[in-house]
Amino acid sequence: MAAPALPTNGDRRRLAYEDLDSLLALMSGDEKHDPASHSTLDVLWVLYDRILRVTPETADDPGRDRFLLSKGHGPTAYYAVLAAKGFLPLEALPSFGAYDSPLGHHPDGTLVRGAEIGSGSLGHGLPIAVGIALGLRARSRSEPRVVCLLGDGELDEGSNHEAIAFAGRARLDRLTAVVVDNGSATHGWPGGIERRFAVEGWATAVVDGRDHAALAVALTRLDGARPTAVVARIPERA
Amino acid sequence: MTVAAHSPVTMRDRFEQVVDELLDADPRVAVVLADIGVDRLRRAAHRHPERVVNVGIREQLLIGVTAGLAAAGLRPVAHTYAPFLVERPFEQLKLDLGHQDLGAVLVSIGASYDAAASGRTHQAPEDVALVASLPGWTIHVPGHADELEPLLREAARGDDRVYIRLSEQRNRSPVGADGRLTMVRSGGGAAVVAVGPTLDPVLDATADLDVTVAYASTVRPFDGEGLRAVAGAAEVVLVEPYLAGTSTAAVAAALVDRPHRVLALGVGSVEHRRYGSRAQHDAAHGLDAAGIRRSIERFLRASPA
Repeated sequence: MAAPALPTNGDRRRLAYEDLDSLLALMSGDEKHDPASHSTLDVLWVLYDRILRVTPETADDPGRDRFLLSKGHGPTAYYAVLAAKGFLPLEALPSFGAYDSPLGHHPDGTLVRGAEIGSGSLGHGLPIAVGIALGLRARSRSEPRVVCLLGDGELDEGSNHEAIAFAGRARLDRLTAVVVDNGSATHGWPGGIERRFAVEGWATAVVDGRDHAALAVALTRLDGARPTAVVARIPERA
Repeated sequence: MTVAAHSPVTMRDRFEQVVDELLDADPRVAVVLADIGVDRLRRAAHRHPERVVNVGIREQLLIGVTAGLAAAGLRPVAHTYAPFLVERPFEQLKLDLGHQDLGAVLVSIGASYDAAASGRTHQAPEDVALVASLPGWTIHVPGHADELEPLLREAARGDDRVYIRLSEQRNRSPVGADGRLTMVRSGGGAAVVAVGPTLDPVLDATADLDVTVAYASTVRPFDGEGLRAVAGAAEVVLVEPYLAGTSTAAVAAALVDRPHRVLALGVGSVEHRRYGSRAQHDAAHGLDAAGIRRSIERFLRASPA
């Protein structure tokens, strides 16, 4: 595939939010983006740009922050952000979905540098994140944060509710669940997604999932004694 | 000390003793429970509250947390009843451990119909076949507490995926626990391969038959080389204490260049709908000494030789 004139990160220059569209275009082959990947783009950018203490150089450091993309559907936004931050070579992006590409339609954590897990089957990320948070605690590492991104539809999977209940009781204060809510759950969450977390002992916040400043505030504020759930609402597009 | 060889200690007791020691000795070791076994490991949990985790009755979380602990650099041992360890969270075994390429030691109790009177909900003779269908798992089926102990200690030192199936049924004496097929009795004719706790009934069933008896406490990887060494006559009787035929393909692969016949004995694939005792279920599935003998005699009579 002939690459259009694009920014390059060959010199390890970090790219900007404005560059993400062209990175997404490298994967889609055109300017149209799949809505599922787009719903997570702003949250992913804010996490990697302002919140997570992890870089390509520290991707194997035991003291790094962990980010788990549980909602593995539509991962192009994730790949674009990882590429913009230097975890992935831009040259890999056009191979998206090809037989020998590291970048599948659902991510494989063993193939993508910086990806803590592979995902695709829904409801696996948060239970693993709970285990990582417990493991870091058992190893007396109190600094690293463990952040897991889920979708509102993904919350249908019962495994999430096993994790939500237990994490609240275990007071995993370094754990953050970010639920990107684009109203895709078939039967909805009457009363709000945040209530499912709050009743189990989580601190909660609800923010506009496109508002970088609001996302940064919500994702920075930790309770100190409880896990945190941030519901990032994605308004319907006209 | 012949008494030692006839130790009354169950595999479950020995597992708890060894895991208790390992928690003290190795800061990497963690234990993940789902309400089963919590009381029995209470003292270890008191000493190591951050490395003995009880997630409650949440078996998907049991395996997800196990995977996360491994990702954080610990060596997790997940433990509960076989149906709840393997069958209920099977996709977590496949993805959270296998696909993420994370290691763990899974130790089940309640083998096949150990919980005979509890009925089908507490029975999982399919466990070994299910785990064996996933890539990269080592599977141990010890027949004695003295076999379990070295297998468990070695598994705790590693980083790979290991399933250890404990049963209430056990042999009079320990045999091998080195991953290899062990020759127990040399004879002419067929080779009878007894897996784990089937060894005693196999020995009783074949006491006056001219057959070779070999023993395996590890079935994945299957010791094909060892089988080739004992199966000179190319007639193999495989006796497994779980779903019949679980290791037939491994036997066929080991003997692919030899014309051979295989009889695979084990638990039948039926909804049995009976309670009672393990001995009654053994008889129903032909896994008591008398049943094994009947099956072997029929197999040998059908021999083209």
